[in-house]
Amino acid sequence: MKGAVLWFAVIAAGAATFAVKLVGHLLPRHWLAKPQVARVAALVTVALLSALVAVQAFTSNGHVVLDSRVAGLAAAAVALVAKAPFVVVVLVAAVVTALLRWAGLP
Amino acid sequence: MAVATGLYGISFGALSVVAGLNVAQTMALSLLMFSGGSQFAFIGVAGSGGSPGAAIATATLVGVRNALYGPQVAPLIEVSGPRRLLAAQLTIDESTAVATAQRDPAAARAGFWWTGGGVFVLWNTFTLVGALLGDAAGDPRRYGLDAAAAAAFLGLVWPRLSNPTARVVAGAAVVVALATTPVLPSGVPVLLAAVVALLIGVFWRDEPARASALQEEVER
Repeated sequence: MKGAVLWFAVIAAGAATFAVKLVGHLLPRHWLAKPQVARVAALVTVALLSALVAVQAFTSNGHVVLDSRVAGLAAAAVALVAKAPFVVVVLVAAVVTALLRWAGLP
Repeated sequence: MAVATGLYGISFGALSVVAGLNVAQTMALSLLMFSGGSQFAFIGVAGSGGSPGAAIATATLVGVRNALYGPQVAPLIEVSGPRRLLAAQLTIDESTAVATAQRDPAAARAGFWWTGGGVFVLWNTFTLVGALLGDAAGDPRRYGLDAAAAAAFLGLVWPRLSNPTARVVAGAAVVVALATTPVLPSGVPVLLAAVVALLIGVFWRDEPARASALQEEVER
């Protein structure tokens, strides 16, 4: 995606996300305030984010690839266990990966 | 919270530019979408070569939890007309958490508007800072920024893994996404993982839920 197509996607996704928020304000309260709905919605969020971790860390151009990103992600997990703030988690992953690439690894 | 929002916004802005959006498109996401998880999801799919449909669908699905905040927030703030649109846009994790934690209605209203408005200003300001930094960085791989994007998703999902079902879903999502990546168009494996979560969520009940369902059965 680039140019006009990317702009279209940005605006459409923004509109869709806003519509989802608005629906929560407009629908009758008892429709959404059910434990089962909340539970399934939470699990869908977990699945999407977990799948995005896997795709970002272990794939490249449609192939499963193991490279320096794996070490970066492992370092990020250690930072999360140590309760580091979000930006530290992100930076640790970048620094570890960059150092390994600088040392000649893929 | 202000510092956390600022640093989170910088991360988003930089990674968005690295994923191939320009500074204006990155700002459009923060202004229009205004929901961190959805924005990261959009740039994740777009950055890995996904189609517009996959990017839109993934961002929207990650934002579905915001719809569940509406019924909690609406009775507290009691707005009508055009201000309802503004309230909807500001209905996010932080403003909902602050509003619902207040005991008296005036404090809940103030908490919602000040938190929502404050995060909106900070988030957009720091998105711009991050986008400009990302624009100046050059080759993203050299600085490990592709791994930083993976770490950002790990950081977003981490606090949501506190119950066993969530961990099973996370594991299944990783397996499904990696197994189908070689055979499906980019972006589709992530959506397929959401379908798996939906099936697990509907058909595999947690122990307490199953016990109470049995109880209802017995009482009938």
